[in-house]
Amino acid sequence: MTETAGSGPAAGGRPRVFLVDDHHLFRAGVRAELGDAVELVGEADEVQAAIEMIGERSPEVVLLDVHLPQGGGKAVIEAVRGAHPDVRFLALSVSDAPEDVIGVIRAGARGYVTKTISGPELVDAVRRVAGGDAVFSPRLAGFVLDAFAGMGAFGTALDPPPVDPELDQLSSREREVLRFIARGYTYREVGRELHISVKTVESHVSAVLRKLQLSTRHQLTYWATERRLV
Amino acid sequence: MARRFGVDATFVRIALVIATLAGGWGLTLYVAAWILMPMDGQDRSIGVRVVRDRQGILLALAFLPALVVTMAVGSALHLTVLTSLAWPVFLFGAGGVLLWRNSDPEERAWLREAAEPVVHAGTRSSRRWRRMGLRLGLGVLLLFVGIGGLEAHHTHPLGPFRSAVGVLAVAAAVVVIFGPWWLRLIRDLVAERQARLRAEDRADMAARVHDSVLQSLALIQRAADDPQKVVRLARSQERELRAWLFEGDIPTAVGDRAATMAGGVQLVAREVEESHGVPVEVVTVGDCPLDDPLRALLDAAREATVNAAKWSGAPTISLYAEVEPARVSLFVRDRGNGFDPDAVARDRHGIAESIQARMLRNGGRAELRTAVGSGTEVELAMPRAPGR
Repeated sequence: MTETAGSGPAAGGRPRVFLVDDHHLFRAGVRAELGDAVELVGEADEVQAAIEMIGERSPEVVLLDVHLPQGGGKAVIEAVRGAHPDVRFLALSVSDAPEDVIGVIRAGARGYVTKTISGPELVDAVRRVAGGDAVFSPRLAGFVLDAFAGMGAFGTALDPPPVDPELDQLSSREREVLRFIARGYTYREVGRELHISVKTVESHVSAVLRKLQLSTRHQLTYWATERRLV
Repeated sequence: MARRFGVDATFVRIALVIATLAGGWGLTLYVAAWILMPMDGQDRSIGVRVVRDRQGILLALAFLPALVVTMAVGSALHLTVLTSLAWPVFLFGAGGVLLWRNSDPEERAWLREAAEPVVHAGTRSSRRWRRMGLRLGLGVLLLFVGIGGLEAHHTHPLGPFRSAVGVLAVAAAVVVIFGPWWLRLIRDLVAERQARLRAEDRADMAARVHDSVLQSLALIQRAADDPQKVVRLARSQERELRAWLFEGDIPTAVGDRAATMAGGVQLVAREVEESHGVPVEVVTVGDCPLDDPLRALLDAAREATVNAAKWSGAPTISLYAEVEPARVSLFVRDRGNGFDPDAVARDRHGIAESIQARMLRNGGRAELRTAVGSGTEVELAMPRAPGR
């Protein structure tokens, strides 16, 4: 946890967290795991209530279930983002479907972790997001590699050549970092393997997150719009 | 030699055989290369060694007087055959002596074996000796008939016919003299290939037995205080073994129950989670249909995951597979105890046989990164067959 020290406004303090999940038991579990490490300012179990309460209580980080009735976590982000740009979202899911995860990230979430994450790791992830960093679980790293896979300078048969190469491709370093994360390495371990600082790893991951959100790559937009149709 | 050029030995051989048939240059080239290039693991070629061998050169020069005498006698008696043959025979003899003196035991054995059927140095039974003599005699006779036929054709009215007979006779002579030698070369080749196939089959089977029977026995030892579990493990292993021996179902072969790489990896994770109770986190990037090398990759991955579940003590195992156009990489990682690879007992074949040898046999590679206290990561990589 010392990895996040000094990395943002919430560093060292207790980030204000809001929890959105439709499963009562799961909320209780997360509450217990976060314990005193964060200040839990509220909970909601459906989209409309979540949008209203987040507006009132202005948390730093919203822990957001990807799957919610009436629009999913994505609907919450889209409704809150305009009025409260400071609120950061961390997606939390058991879902394996890449389109769900990519959809929520493209809507504006700062990261994605699976519900099997341990308590200390979850606290660490919350701090990271509060500090403005991106949180990539191995699974999200895998999805992103998949989404950007096979993209050389000229694209593949399925994809037209990238409109904006800066945004539509990962650099080889970013790919390297994502591969380590997908293999189960923490940011600190990745830094050690690549002989770079944790800060540098974080900045690579943030760059990837930005590309993920802003790229107009066909596959990414396809995933995102498919989710909207459901 | 092939290694020197970075090409497969088979290609070099085929190219040289073609060159030999096309005009004899291939053979010359091959011999020259053999003389000039060092063998694997030697720093000096036989050619270099020959040049540095003073004593050998002196010995070869000792043939010179014999050459001079032969030349003198030949020209005095106007025997052109003798003078024209003397030089090549001398060079061949001297070169042969030098090469023999400087060849290492391996090359010497090869030379002796290569020369044996042609000259057949005495030690064999007299019957074989006689047969060899008969063959050589017949061959030389045919050769003379052939050459005679070829020489005579412009003076004799039956010239064209005789030269045709001559060509046939020369060909027959070559077959009679070298035939048995060729036959033996081919027989050796076939025998060698069969031996290799048998060895591979055996290694494959050993890996299977390890993955199924030995792993089950290890689980049974650990569950010794739980009779129910022991019985269950023994039953399921017995079923699996019967199915293998009598019905041909290959045990633990993940690849036969999954159609694609990603599906196979998920299957590995699920099975290990079920049988060992350790969660396995799976991340896959890309996917492709399975072929035999990739099935072997999955079997090796399963073994690595089972090892992690059994020995590492880590709460979870990470399994990451990535399908790229040219290869498939797979990583099995745990944050558990780690171990000292050198301290693993020699009779434990899990890593050596089921993972490393299995990957190598199928053209891939396996790498192990571990140390006591720092977890373990097994990296597997298998090149993909082109066109898939």
